Amino acid sequence: MIVARTGNEAMAEAMRQINPDVVAAYPITPATEVVQLFASFVADGLVTTEFVPAESEHSALSACVGASAAGARVMTSTSSQGLALMHEILFIAAGMRLPIVICLVNRALSSPINIHCDHSDSLASRDSGWLQIFTENTQEAYDTTIMAVKMAEEIMLPAMVTTDGFIISHGMERIELIDDKKVPKWLGERKVVNNLLDIDKPITLGSLDLQDYYFEHKRQEIEAMNNCLPIIEKVQKDFGDTFGRYYPIVDEYKMDDAEVAILAMGSTGGTAKVAVERMREQGKKVGLIRCRIYRPFPKQAMLRAITKVKALGIMDRADTFSTMGGHLYNDCRSILYDADKKPLIKNYIYGLGGRDISIEEIETVFEQLLKIKNTGKVDKDIVYYGVRGE
Amino acid sequence: MASLKELAKQGEKFLGGHRACAGCGATIIARQVLLAAQYPVVVGAATGCLEVISTIYPYSAWNVPYIHNAFENVAATMSGVEVAYNALKKKGKITKELRFIAFGGDGGTYDIGLQSLSGMIERRHRVLYVCYNNEAYMNTGIQRSSATPYGAHTTTSPAGTKIPGKLQPRKNLTEIIIAHEPAYAAQATIGYWNDLVTKVRKALDANGPSFINIFSPCRLGWAYPPEKTAAITRLAVETCVWPLYEYENGKYRITVKPKEKKPIVEFLKMQGRFSHLLKLKDDTPIKEFQAEVDRIWEKLLKRSAE
Repeated sequence: MIVARTGNEAMAEAMRQINPDVVAAYPITPATEVVQLFASFVADGLVTTEFVPAESEHSALSACVGASAAGARVMTSTSSQGLALMHEILFIAAGMRLPIVICLVNRALSSPINIHCDHSDSLASRDSGWLQIFTENTQEAYDTTIMAVKMAEEIMLPAMVTTDGFIISHGMERIELIDDKKVPKWLGERKVVNNLLDIDKPITLGSLDLQDYYFEHKRQEIEAMNNCLPIIEKVQKDFGDTFGRYYPIVDEYKMDDAEVAILAMGSTGGTAKVAVERMREQGKKVGLIRCRIYRPFPKQAMLRAITKVKALGIMDRADTFSTMGGHLYNDCRSILYDADKKPLIKNYIYGLGGRDISIEEIETVFEQLLKIKNTGKVDKDIVYYGVRGE
Repeated sequence: MASLKELAKQGEKFLGGHRACAGCGATIIARQVLLAAQYPVVVGAATGCLEVISTIYPYSAWNVPYIHNAFENVAATMSGVEVAYNALKKKGKITKELRFIAFGGDGGTYDIGLQSLSGMIERRHRVLYVCYNNEAYMNTGIQRSSATPYGAHTTTSPAGTKIPGKLQPRKNLTEIIIAHEPAYAAQATIGYWNDLVTKVRKALDANGPSFINIFSPCRLGWAYPPEKTAAITRLAVETCVWPLYEYENGKYRITVKPKEKKPIVEFLKMQGRFSHLLKLKDDTPIKEFQAEVDRIWEKLLKRSAE
């Protein structure tokens, strides 16, 4: 069915079709709609979910942990400060290997307080052991929300699916919805290995794990992350085979003959595709690489993509406050260490607090990259793009 | 009313071999509460002494399903467990009748976990929340909490040459909880085991959230010989430092009324945490503590007569 939906509506629709056993959530701009739409589905009997309108995001995720440990399929939604407040429990959910899914709407972290898009919230949770998937548009957000449930349950790690605040969350787009009955059928039931509610086989969860066992348990969690990319690929392929929409690990656009490229995440991918089209009309060989699966970081696929070009502009919508540039920039510099052929790379930190990035600005980035390619020199390795005084 | 014989036949749900101190109040409470339960229970615990001493991997003292999440969120965690149970029961995936019990110390309940507990009660989750109240952060080494009584020495309210221990009275958490109008609320303690067992059973039968604040001596933090745990709790009740009462259907009831109300000095002198007060020339701190205890007791007498 073809419909017009905002990113938030699309994620809420996906949640309605998934019909999780439990949703525990707390409102926060710009993710509030996901929660309130879902609450209306509960009120109208469109889902059988037990809805917990928690008194904070910390409690929302804590309730998700309890419910997931009890064998339920569990989802929530949040943004920015909400995710920051959940931070403590993110690690616990991952450590307990609970397949909770968060619909995350990317928004800048305070201070200064701001309600618009950047990736500082999700990227501050980068090392918490969650799968992180950045979507480009409403259709992808909808499809990925459904896929994430299956990925998380098969991998036994929690997952966050992100959209860009307001740009996608509140932007209306044409999307194709899957039939209601087909979603639960494709997902199947959650298979629970150890169930807290099994009275006949009592288990202890969340033990105190000291020097003699903690490391082994963490090592297993690391191994789950190390080994999960093939499962993600399998789920994406299965989704494509069933519903006709295929998603890559790393999205490459016009990269076959590209001489320079931009690497970005989220909605900027869509903007950059238009810029690529325009540049191509002028005969300039430019391309786009979009990091869709961010955690686990797809080392090999990313390396294949970024070594296709002579100059690469890495666009980060957050800074690490480390003097080392943005997150993607650091990841890519790391994987390039062993590469025989390295592109010249430049980090563009842009769009903090929802500062718009236009097609023209991306075209300017491409022009700069073409100059880098021609001169063989990177003038400045890390720049703050679109900010006053630079 | 439960008999000891009947309780002894239950089969242990909280086992020995854990790492608690001799004379620990919290472990006696865990065992008594679980023995009192007449349904299968799923337990949650906040970070704290009880959690730390009972679940050192690969061992567990819990012979019932148990989950620990973090310090401030056992109420939210058990909210999630309870709704998952409701969801799975609705779908026919679970058929058994279960009950849910959350354990938290006073730090995890009075202080850092208060919001989470308030939310759990307001949303009317059918969970029994048990606060094992040893009146300080014992797990981290005896720091003051908002449950620490007036005058008590802790490592963050030390009895110094200028300041005689904690300068503020206890927060009256039981009343804060009663203001939420839970299905059942009570104060209990170890030395009155039958009172405690009866309250746990009432709480688990109540159709809604319930709360029991259980006075739990800590032999290390309170500084007394370990064999005196039960005796101290009886003195706490006899001096009205810890009144035993319950709140049910909008009514207060004092469940154990001391025959003769003893002065609080009787209670204070058993414990090292108050020893500095007894050595002071100025008896103002003791008088203030006594006045606080009297005031709360009078209020309780009035409320229970209504």
